[in-house]
Amino acid sequence: MGTLTEEIFSRRLGRDVHAGEIVVAPVDYAMAHDVTGPLAIEAFRHLEVPLWDPERVILVFDHILPANTVASAGLCHQLMVEKGFIRPGGIVVGADSHSTTYGALGCFAAGFGSTDIAVTFATGRTWFRVPETIRINLRGALPPGIFPKDLALQVIRRLGAEGANYLAVEWGGEAVEAMSVDERLTLANLTVDFGGKAGLCEPDEQTRIYLGDAEVADLHPVAPEYRSVVEVDAQTLEPQIACPPAIDNVQDLSTVEGTQLDEVFVGSCANGRIEDLAIVAGYFEGRQVHPRTRTIVVPASKQIYMEALARGYIQTFMEAGALVMNAGCGPCLGRQHGVLGPGERALSTSNRNYAGRMGSPQAEIYLANPAVAAVSALAGAITDPRGFN
Amino acid sequence: MARIFKFGDGISTDAIIPGRYNVTTDATALGKACFIEARPDFAASVQPGDVIVGGRNFGCGSSREHAPMAIKAAGIQAVVARSFARIFYRNAINIGLPVIQCDAIYDAIEDSDPVSIDIHSGGITVNGKMFQGETPGPVAVAIMEAGTLIDLIKTRGWAAIEEVS
Repeated sequence: MGTLTEEIFSRRLGRDVHAGEIVVAPVDYAMAHDVTGPLAIEAFRHLEVPLWDPERVILVFDHILPANTVASAGLCHQLMVEKGFIRPGGIVVGADSHSTTYGALGCFAAGFGSTDIAVTFATGRTWFRVPETIRINLRGALPPGIFPKDLALQVIRRLGAEGANYLAVEWGGEAVEAMSVDERLTLANLTVDFGGKAGLCEPDEQTRIYLGDAEVADLHPVAPEYRSVVEVDAQTLEPQIACPPAIDNVQDLSTVEGTQLDEVFVGSCANGRIEDLAIVAGYFEGRQVHPRTRTIVVPASKQIYMEALARGYIQTFMEAGALVMNAGCGPCLGRQHGVLGPGERALSTSNRNYAGRMGSPQAEIYLANPAVAAVSALAGAITDPRGFN
Repeated sequence: MARIFKFGDGISTDAIIPGRYNVTTDATALGKACFIEARPDFAASVQPGDVIVGGRNFGCGSSREHAPMAIKAAGIQAVVARSFARIFYRNAINIGLPVIQCDAIYDAIEDSDPVSIDIHSGGITVNGKMFQGETPGPVAVAIMEAGTLIDLIKTRGWAAIEEVS
């Protein structure tokens, strides 16, 4: 009985679990990356015990370096999904705030710091205060030029940057039911950017197809009691832009249309998947990016990179004058290529626009959907993809 | 006497320690880079025991534990804020940096005000006026009594948390 979160914890612990309870629960996997991993390893060593299960402790090199093996190239959250570590009804923890991404598959997944993850490395468990849930119903069909990113930014606009602090979020409604798993990953990813502890979608036929597993068990909220219910009408939205310097400074695109750009970044755990690259390639075909605007494309994983190669997208990007970088986090956190200088202005498909995030604190970062990123790179300024030709 | 460093709303872990300065696990080096861009004089001007008072959603964004480490290593005794982002709050407790949620204090104090804090009671005194911080949850109390999460788990295992759940 209860929300998706309560259902998952109840099944896992073999008893009725309700929001507000503090539980110690086993997890499926524990992930850390090249920023949070070193601290986690140091803390783990202080415990002076063996690893709980080497098969279930995942370390990814994505934030700072090109990955040190070809086999593992990619961004942690994409790899966790691609490698099959994420299962509906599971519980996964990661030493990265965007670990909420895995909720797209109906897994309870939350971000932690290095010390918490170190304790999970040692014991296979962590403690949770089982959160209450905000239900978000996304209504109607997405019009052309509107994507899950716009829906997430609209929710952030309405709820604010801490609107779901300590709470789980359920993403539902007919717009979510109609979405691919790639699209749901964007929604779940951005859940932490309004404070959410986890962002879950119900697993369904799309999930079964994505996982290639017809046996995925049903998982639904059962007579849930929500903290609140938010309704969003997708059909009336215009493209949403998170303007500097805060994620909840969200404006309709028309407010900032024409703002000149020094850089456009397509990629990240929010929007670096094959469907995102397909959108951008569609606009770039036969066109050139604006000479003012260095344009950087970063596939989220090697698998996505290879798929983009096979489909001809990489050639399209390069012929358009974009730079295609190694799979990983890219310029999102100012630790790889495309670091912004003072006074520069970027538009990014990522999820963070704090001052200094991508380089100089005197740089400005706008966040938008992949179609806005594509047409803005071509125009050299923030541009509406609707009616673009 | 300890002084207050006052910050606004939505102070992110990127502001506390930008990504480019996370290249080490050395607490002293992290402390020197604390607020290096958002408030460049911070690390040099903190005296041991000083206190940060922040607005809403303090520590939002990245899960980087370097952020509470940097604040602690800079010499800050405790962070008081109107509200904390979940991961930052948990990280701070885990590494032994006291964090106290208190809404009423924010508008009543100024930067550089002298302050005294009773970490155990959550009482904060500024300009002769006492503010009471919110009571932390039972797990946070258990961790604070042990010092750090590692200390708690190493000495008592999960039983220590199962007891209070």
